[in-house]
Amino acid sequence: MPPEPHIEAMTDLPPLALTRLTLSRFRSYPALDLATDAPVVVLAGENGAGKTNLLEAISLLVPGRGLRGARIGELGHRAAGESAGGLWAVAGRFVTPLGPLTLGTGVEDAAATRRTFRLDGAPPRAQADIAARAAAVWLTPQMDRLFQDGASARRRFLDRLVWALEPSHAREVAAYDTAMAERNRLLADGRADPAWLDALEDQMAQHGVAVAAARRMLLARLNAALAGGIAGAFPAAVATLDCSVDASLAEVPALAAEDRFRAALAAGRGLDASSGGARLGPHRADLVLTHAPKGLAAALCSTGEQKALLVGIVLAHAALITASRGAAPLLLLDEVAAHLDNARREALFAALPGLGAQVFLTGTEAEIFAPLSPAALLLTVRPGEAVARGAGARFGAAQRRVSGV
Amino acid sequence: MMGPELERLVMLLAKLPGFGPRSARRAALSLLQKREVLMRPLADALLAAAEAIRPCSVCGNLDTTDPCGLCADARRDRATICVVETVGDLWALERAHAHKGLYHVLGGTLSALAGQRPEDLSVEPLLRRAASGEVREVILATSATVDGQTTAHYLAGRLRDTGVAVTRLAHGVPVGGELGYLDDGTLTAALASRRPA
Ligand SMILES: [Zn+2]
Repeated sequence: MPPEPHIEAMTDLPPLALTRLTLSRFRSYPALDLATDAPVVVLAGENGAGKTNLLEAISLLVPGRGLRGARIGELGHRAAGESAGGLWAVAGRFVTPLGPLTLGTGVEDAAATRRTFRLDGAPPRAQADIAARAAAVWLTPQMDRLFQDGASARRRFLDRLVWALEPSHAREVAAYDTAMAERNRLLADGRADPAWLDALEDQMAQHGVAVAAARRMLLARLNAALAGGIAGAFPAAVATLDCSVDASLAEVPALAAEDRFRAALAAGRGLDASSGGARLGPHRADLVLTHAPKGLAAALCSTGEQKALLVGIVLAHAALITASRGAAPLLLLDEVAAHLDNARREALFAALPGLGAQVFLTGTEAEIFAPLSPAALLLTVRPGEAVARGAGARFGAAQRRVSGV
Repeated sequence: MMGPELERLVMLLAKLPGFGPRSARRAALSLLQKREVLMRPLADALLAAAEAIRPCSVCGNLDTTDPCGLCADARRDRATICVVETVGDLWALERAHAHKGLYHVLGGTLSALAGQRPEDLSVEPLLRRAASGEVREVILATSATVDGQTTAHYLAGRLRDTGVAVTRLAHGVPVGGELGYLDDGTLTAALASRRPA
């Protein structure tokens, strides 16, 4: 037996990095235990091999619905003939600026309607405790539709960007939605008690302005970062909101914006009742993206330009998270090379090391990622398994990065 | 395998908050194993409580006397009424010794989606108490949920005509935080730093 190669110390791992991923009955994987201790992890395999499932598993280690927005019932492994998946679990071991961390998630009880978390083995006090320790951002082929889809998809995209920096944003959005649903019901009942409507509109105004202000703050920081060239060779987008409350915030302080929104809701009760819900408010906001160098609405750009704009936004967002937390989020890039031409692909690969983020990339052709090879761990994904390429593979030199390579 | 008596016992236990079928079976088994030291005394206590304990016709608290012990206590400040959602919230404030005045239990929060309307809550009795002339301040101690805050805002509007001071618990209670889950120190601080509604 040759001596065990000396595995390079993890000093060149980014401050936040996933070093090991364990799956149990998750999607296409009955079981998997995978070392991922490299700054760049490439998952190569044919379509349907389960590459995206691995990125999804990682995305579920932070709160939210993961990169597919899946319901928990869809996530369990299904053996041949089984109609529904059951219990499942995903666990990850991390290095973080505050020391090692183990995060777990899954469904522990067949009757559960939500997945549960474990933080170092114990239930966390709040999901924000997890969000404070680990973060991930992603770019998937589904997001290519962002410019063609309706405003609600863009709003969810924006809220996820905000929420990654401001964990309380999800609670504010939920509180606003609750107050609005209550008011809609009251208006639909036709027995509207003005004092009750006043109270609900006060809640909508408070939470709605908080939601709009958090979005506005994020977009200002994102636009500044993009204008400053943070996305390197990727075209800067200018992001604005089409939202009545955002327009108020551009003119008056938050408390005055609350008063305006409250007054608009009170004045609009009759019309809202006949149209089946509130016609104005941050729940109707649309994210408007413009290709800054061309001055062209993103929806009118080519598919390749749209992809490049999205890459720029995701890179800028990752940089904002790094600036505010001191550690870059994990970057999950699913089939990112697909719509990028060679020049853009090279620009992306050139930008990645400077982000200080651990990057996971998927693709059908491993060779595409060869420029990343000095830092990369290449994993070949086949249905139900993912294995490190052995020594002699043309990508990198060995199964693990070895000292001196 | 389970007789009808046992099945009924498990079925009833499973209706208790925090209980499901599995914990109900465990509780039933535990009761049967401690028949003399636990099961019979518990049955007696349940019967006695069911006979003796009634909601207070003034404040809605649960007690063996009507008016309840709190309403009848001459040492309590009769000029201040603290409005809570449930008797559980009243107990939480009493445990923390956070409030020296009287209480008013609403019986829930407003919720159009859950079908809880103002007439389903103890709103009119509160307005009558507030207008009685004896009361100077009404403290709205509903939870920091959307429903709790909506209810507080609604009550503040309805109480405006009575002329009494209406205050709310201070911020610092997180959004979605319910009163019963707060520790005593937080409750006392929230009550001490209340603000005009
Ligand atoms: Zn009483």
